[in-house]
Amino acid sequence: MINETLIPKLGVITEIRQDTPDIKTFRVVSPEGKKLFEHRPGQCAMLSIPGIGEAMFSITSSPTNTEYMEFSIKKCGCVTTWLHAAEPGQNVTVRGPYGNPFPVDDVFAGKDLLFVAGGVGLAPLRSVINYCRHYRDRYGKIDIVYGSRSKDDLLDYQEIINEWATDSGVNVHLTIDREQEGWDGHVGFVPNYVKELGFDTNKIAVLCGPPIMIKFTLEGLRSLGFEKTQVYTTLELRMKCGVGKCGRCNVGSKYVCKDGPVFRFDELDELPNEY
Amino acid sequence: MRKISLSNLDKAFALIAENAKLYIPVDGKGGASFKLWQEGVKMSDALNTVRSAKDFFFPQMETLMEFKTEGKNIEIIDNRQEKEDFVVFGVRACDVKSFEILDRVFLSEPVDSYYASRREKGVIVSLACGRPSETCFCKTFGIDAANPAGDITAWKTETDLYLLANTEKGEKLLSAISSITEDCDGKAVEEQKKQISAIMEKLPLSNVTTEKFGAGKTKEYFDSPAWDELSSHCLGCGTCTFVCPTCQCYDIKDFKTNEGVQRFRCWDSCMYSDFTLMAHGNSRASQKERFRQRFMHKLVYYPDNNDGMFSCVGCGRCLTKCPISMNIVKVMKTLGGKEND
Ligand SMILES: Cc1cc2nc3c(=O)[nH]c(=O)nc-3n(C[C@H](O)[C@H](O)[C@H](O)COP(=O)(O)OP(=O)(O)OC[C@H]3O[C@@H](n4cnc5c(N)ncnc54)[C@H](O)[C@@H]3O)c2cc1C
Ligand code: SF4
Ligand code: SF4
Ligand code: FES
Repeated sequence: MINETLIPKLGVITEIRQDTPDIKTFRVVSPEGKKLFEHRPGQCAMLSIPGIGEAMFSITSSPTNTEYMEFSIKKCGCVTTWLHAAEPGQNVTVRGPYGNPFPVDDVFAGKDLLFVAGGVGLAPLRSVINYCRHYRDRYGKIDIVYGSRSKDDLLDYQEIINEWATDSGVNVHLTIDREQEGWDGHVGFVPNYVKELGFDTNKIAVLCGPPIMIKFTLEGLRSLGFEKTQVYTTLELRMKCGVGKCGRCNVGSKYVCKDGPVFRFDELDELPNEY
Repeated sequence: MRKISLSNLDKAFALIAENAKLYIPVDGKGGASFKLWQEGVKMSDALNTVRSAKDFFFPQMETLMEFKTEGKNIEIIDNRQEKEDFVVFGVRACDVKSFEILDRVFLSEPVDSYYASRREKGVIVSLACGRPSETCFCKTFGIDAANPAGDITAWKTETDLYLLANTEKGEKLLSAISSITEDCDGKAVEEQKKQISAIMEKLPLSNVTTEKFGAGKTKEYFDSPAWDELSSHCLGCGTCTFVCPTCQCYDIKDFKTNEGVQRFRCWDSCMYSDFTLMAHGNSRASQKERFRQRFMHKLVYYPDNNDGMFSCVGCGRCLTKCPISMNIVKVMKTLGGKEND
């Protein structure tokens, strides 16, 4: 029998980290303790608990991590709620990787990079950020703007503070929506913060987060002089197959699972506004 | 070319059925449908089956895999099996073409092994349409009802069935029944082809053209005000998608059994409101958007991704089955403008 992409591999959850009140990060390996498969930054995988369902998640760990894969999962429905109640040692099924990655090795190479994320939108970006940090000398200056509702809702907070913020040439700009005790950082919405920071336009920008954040951040970047050809994002539509066959996730002629989820804004302009 | 007297057809069916499951169109209460041939089962004279022949390769429901779960453990059971040889007899030109359209979806990388294994085992015997009807517009899509594709092409006259093999699979099947068929010239077939072409010219939908559609037309039609009117009565029942030979959307679901979990796939419909529903909203929130998706896919998106090939074969099923009499021809005529009328 030929290989069948719909038939998943067996994975084991080895570690669960409560990242925010509603997001947990799951570390997954094969039953032999190895990484399940290779991926590129920005690609996704279908995770499932048989009998509960299957759902698509970004592989948030970097491809340069040779030991395991990680998924940051927000509790919102059947599969995600079930996973949030799971304990280490739980088996899951995994299939992938799906989708096109960010062009980290060509377009991004040698450039200054600006990453802008909101909430769980950091999940797909963490993979790219850590990839670029791993190959630090291949990229220019890196700016990361990340915001959430509150301090507790910031994903990967320890890693950001202890590792990203201490890297040379990496600037981290955190913000939360409202004032909070014990927070002396920036307060305000991500799009406004990006405008306040006022970046020079000689760089590539990548935006991930809720649709409303993306919309206003893009407007902000445009007003700073960014062209749409310099700005990337990822789309999230309902998915089942992950390979452009179940007919579910298309925007015009493009299947987000297969032709995306990574798109450049000028490419999105070519598609009907249906996402 | 070989021929066989219609009085000997049952013998031919019996010979074929010795080595493979044989399905033929059979009359029933709601119209014709493909049934397993057995002694005594008679072939329908109906122009086409109510349901298309896509079930043979892409069944309405099929098990993909099974799981056993115990505590924290999961066992993945790949119980795919070699499919049996089978022969589908009497597939019309439009439906034969639909397999080519489905192939481009399911046989493109990564190949869908479930579909591929059935495609590998199935032999298609097509049958020319002696009497095309007023809902047929296969010609619009370059399909010749007088000369259908398939592993074998068959033509039925008052007295005989004429058979021509087009592929190796077809040759093999023909040789299996060679003892009761005889060589012949194709005169009767040429005669029938002429008759069919003459009927096709006069059909009411013979002037429907694809000229205004195809790759690269998204911007032209997506925001057309015509979608409001066209979709205004659509019930979202999905009938058009289920009877359509080229509709291929599917869902994957899990079903708990006493032994474990079955993961199955079943047909789904882009006409359904929950098709694209997500936690933060629905990318196609109204029936207008879902309706537009179905027709844009057939007339623009599919051609965009498939060298201009359309995802409609003009079988006319959606014309006869839609409860509100909406269909792809009305869409093409309305969007395409007067020239298409
Ligand atoms: C490319 C891609 C990458 C993603 N990456 C992540 C990630 O890194 N972390 C994360 O937490 N989530 C991610 N998601 C979203 C995740 O797939 C959905 O939240 C998923 O529905 C959760 O499954 P569930 O069984 O818990 O929800 P369900 O019980 O299936 O559904 C709960 C609600 O979510 C809706 N829903 C179904 N599918 C989706 C979907 N694809 N997106 C949003 N809502 C949906 C349902 O209609 C329902 O309203 C991603 C989605 C896509 C398409
Ligand atoms: S859209 Fe209608 S006419 Fe075209 S193939 Fe489907 S059912 Fe037949
Ligand atoms: S077009 Fe007709 S058949 Fe199709 S979903 Fe609408 S009402 Fe049903
Ligand atoms: S998820 Fe099936 S087509 Fe994209």
